[in-house]
Amino acid sequence: MTTSRRDFLRTSAAAAAAGLAADLASTLAVGAVAPSPLRAAARAATPGDPLIRALVQQAVDAATAAGAGYADARISQNRVRTLSTRERRVQGIADSETMGCGVRVLVDGTWGFAATRELTGDAVARCARQAVAQAKANRRTQVAPVRLAPAAPTKDGSWRSPARIDPFDVAIEDQVALLLEANAAALAVRGVPFVTSAMFFLREEKTYANSDGTTTHQTIYRSQPSMTCTAVDMAAGDFQSRQSTDVQPMGRGYEHVLDAKLVANAPRWAEEAVQKLKAKPVEPGRYDLVLHPTHLWLTIHESIAHPTELDRALGFEANYAGTSFVSPPDKVLGQLRYGPATMNVRADRDQEGSLGAVGWDDEGVKPEPYDIIKDGVVVDYQTTREQAPYLEAWYRSRGREVRSHGNSYAQSWADVQFQRMPNVSLLPGPKDLVWDDLIAATDRGIAIVGDGSFSIDQQRYNAQFGGQLFYEIRGGKVVGMLKDVAYQMRTPEFWGAMDMLGGARSYLLGGAFSDGKGQPSQSNAVSHGCPPTRHKAIPVINTGRKA
Amino acid sequence: MSGRADAVAPRGLLTAGVLGRADAEGLVKRILGFSTADACRVSVSSRSRGNTRFAVNQVSTAGDTEDLQVAVRAVVGKKVGVATTNRLDDEALRRVVQTAERIAKLSPDDPELLPELGPQEYLPVDAWDDATAAADPAARAALVVAVTERARREGLVATGYLEVEAQAVAIGTSAGLFAYHRATDAAMTTTVRTADGAGSGWAGGAARRLAGLDAATMGERAIEKARRSVNPVAVEPGRYTVVLEPTAVGNLVQLLAFATQARSADEGRSFFSKPGGGNKIGMQVVDPRVTLTGDPQHPDAPGAPFTGDGLATRKVTWIGEGVVRDLAYDRYWASRKNVAPVANPGSLQMQGGSSSLDEMIASTERGILVTRFWYIRPVDPRTILYTGLTRDGTFLIEKGKVTRAVKNLRFNESPVFLLNNLEAMGRPVRVSASESGSTGLPVVAPAIKARDFNFTSLSDAV
Repeated sequence: MTTSRRDFLRTSAAAAAAGLAADLASTLAVGAVAPSPLRAAARAATPGDPLIRALVQQAVDAATAAGAGYADARISQNRVRTLSTRERRVQGIADSETMGCGVRVLVDGTWGFAATRELTGDAVARCARQAVAQAKANRRTQVAPVRLAPAAPTKDGSWRSPARIDPFDVAIEDQVALLLEANAAALAVRGVPFVTSAMFFLREEKTYANSDGTTTHQTIYRSQPSMTCTAVDMAAGDFQSRQSTDVQPMGRGYEHVLDAKLVANAPRWAEEAVQKLKAKPVEPGRYDLVLHPTHLWLTIHESIAHPTELDRALGFEANYAGTSFVSPPDKVLGQLRYGPATMNVRADRDQEGSLGAVGWDDEGVKPEPYDIIKDGVVVDYQTTREQAPYLEAWYRSRGREVRSHGNSYAQSWADVQFQRMPNVSLLPGPKDLVWDDLIAATDRGIAIVGDGSFSIDQQRYNAQFGGQLFYEIRGGKVVGMLKDVAYQMRTPEFWGAMDMLGGARSYLLGGAFSDGKGQPSQSNAVSHGCPPTRHKAIPVINTGRKA
Repeated sequence: MSGRADAVAPRGLLTAGVLGRADAEGLVKRILGFSTADACRVSVSSRSRGNTRFAVNQVSTAGDTEDLQVAVRAVVGKKVGVATTNRLDDEALRRVVQTAERIAKLSPDDPELLPELGPQEYLPVDAWDDATAAADPAARAALVVAVTERARREGLVATGYLEVEAQAVAIGTSAGLFAYHRATDAAMTTTVRTADGAGSGWAGGAARRLAGLDAATMGERAIEKARRSVNPVAVEPGRYTVVLEPTAVGNLVQLLAFATQARSADEGRSFFSKPGGGNKIGMQVVDPRVTLTGDPQHPDAPGAPFTGDGLATRKVTWIGEGVVRDLAYDRYWASRKNVAPVANPGSLQMQGGSSSLDEMIASTERGILVTRFWYIRPVDPRTILYTGLTRDGTFLIEKGKVTRAVKNLRFNESPVFLLNNLEAMGRPVRVSASESGSTGLPVVAPAIKARDFNFTSLSDAV
């Protein structure tokens, strides 16, 4: 059963007539009176219907009437289901929904933002005026006013994730049974006493309007099944875990869970946890690294996608996420070499099933794919409407218009939108090489599968990455498993040392729901596609110590 | 702020976005009244958060958000389901109860199910400040200006964040429990950089009262560190004596507190597991001068009087004089092990010593002074080993004096090793220990001096 959408729709006409005046106080009053048309209005407020479209427009109109030069409003309903298990037990099954309205305004070049969970005409108008008052309070600090790049308005735009099966339509019993069956398959492996597994599903209904005349409605799905198998050697005081990083989070429906084949894969993940207990500790030194896409996506995320965010390069995120070594823009665009000429990095919001895919970003811009690194050289940054004008000289020199790349995003109705990365992907090479070809071509190296520990400095120079599985390569062959492996890198040297990359056949999408940035920190969901790569002579440390 | 009088003035009820006790109790009981399950727990969390970001010496964005979440946990037989919503009309509340009950009926039996708690005795925790809950955007902007105007006058670039939060949590059960707690908290951090980006300095603080944040002093400290951090020299990575400022200590010591679950320890997958079986309660694991507590009633860093299931918190001593005294036992694991449950109170204090920062520096032949750590991520749970980097004020100590800035360094280190290599401790203070600058786990920590801190590589980042 999905949220009683049919019920919502049935009452929406009556609700609209009631004037959208439900009041929080009356709803909260103890021993409330019988349901009134007013409270039915609040219940009827679900996105996608005319009522919601009217509400976002009302918020925008209230903001401009109060003095905003620009305004936008978003109403989102996020529905989330999480299921988590350990061994033969369900730890938790929870359905959650949150819905509200966020209003952003620009008053004489200063931003304001306010958000409310009350979805009535009065409440969103009040929220809009609150945002305007806040902008006026902050205007005293203004040094340079914000100006926005133009964006062509979209009227009644509509977009939906390519989900074939709505996860909220799948019986919970079936979802639980699948997880417990996968757990049982892992627990059948000797030496693996602990298994956790989980599913996460999101469906977001997002309705947007701005004072340029754009109105859009989008339905966004995200799905992730996951498992962790832990092997324990109690006598030795040792334990090792294998996470199911072969399965990455996607912007798909329940078909992604079925495709993940948890039950079939679980025994292998469990076996690999046991093998890690017996793996040889790595000898520190320099190795040629062969990196699997299920690992490399995270290295791309940290060392390419983050440093090419324009707000970081300009210092806006200095207090938390940091700045960037890819700076200042006028000294690096068209000049900074990131890697070999075979290195091409592309940003997009339209790879099918990717987490970054949307029809419009959170300021109504329709995203287009663009190159960030072309033939090894930096040629662009990720931008919003506020940021694109900073690159005006560069764009004009290339005969291009000054337009946002459509990289604005907010994690929920309660958060202000700002620049967040789209999918940022390393394009495959021209040769039809696959994982095994890279290993076969390597004399002394380490192959790394799956993402593990990760950390990088605030300008994205120095990073350290672990992984799930580490294989020793000798003479073109895998000769055994290693443990306690982490590689350290300086970003330009690491990408400069890339001498092989797989072809289109070996390209995979990895990603995360939890790309953190901003204060308060917001989570962005993003995918990164890549082929496997090889990097020459990268420093590797041994992280194992005795407590 | 609570009470009937406000209910007639609709906006007054939630002026600070937070429910008073009487309104919270009324709402909880109304939702419990919809329950048809064998047992039910209702949690209502109302929150108001105001934040102001500043960048390049002006406010960049800000936000004022109010939300209220209702969570319902239904028990049918031995089956459990949970549903949450932020809609408060009767229909939505009935639906959230029905959804929880429907999920419960579809779930398998939970072999670890325990009955809901009835009425409990809680410690009084004073964590609320009216003025903080009422702080508006103009009040926040005033603190920001105290930092940005001076930075601009001095040709420097200030960026930072101020967050003010008011929150109330109420829990009720079908077994007759009602628990209510409200708290305010504020945190401010700033990073000041030189105009050419060659130097960067940080300062920050947290307090449950906004008035407890001294923005001007923070600005001065960050400005001074930005100036002193230019032209850093590279040092060879390796083992160094370190003098860690209280924020840096908080960054690392909280990692130890995150790992104190008795169950993981007893299952053999934790630092606190004893080789051969069992856990390390009673064993010496760090220097005998180290005591780490979680005190819900701490005046500067209070925790909560109860956990999400209504279990009362008490002051716990995770480490007492270097010995593991307490681990956290949830109700189920406590019943399995025949011990009383031990709840994590959600705040952390490290006791200190009498050394001043200057004395620690003066007694150091060669070492590194660290302002804060960043991007701290787990590497090996067996030893609570983490990696991360120094940031925004890292200096070389030579012959008892801070001589110059050094390039930032990556560490691979554990708070366990750090607290075994302890040399000296200062007076503990409340710090902003979360990397993101948000209010979070309240932490009190001293500056410390320790030997053999493991730096593994250099960073060119400023």
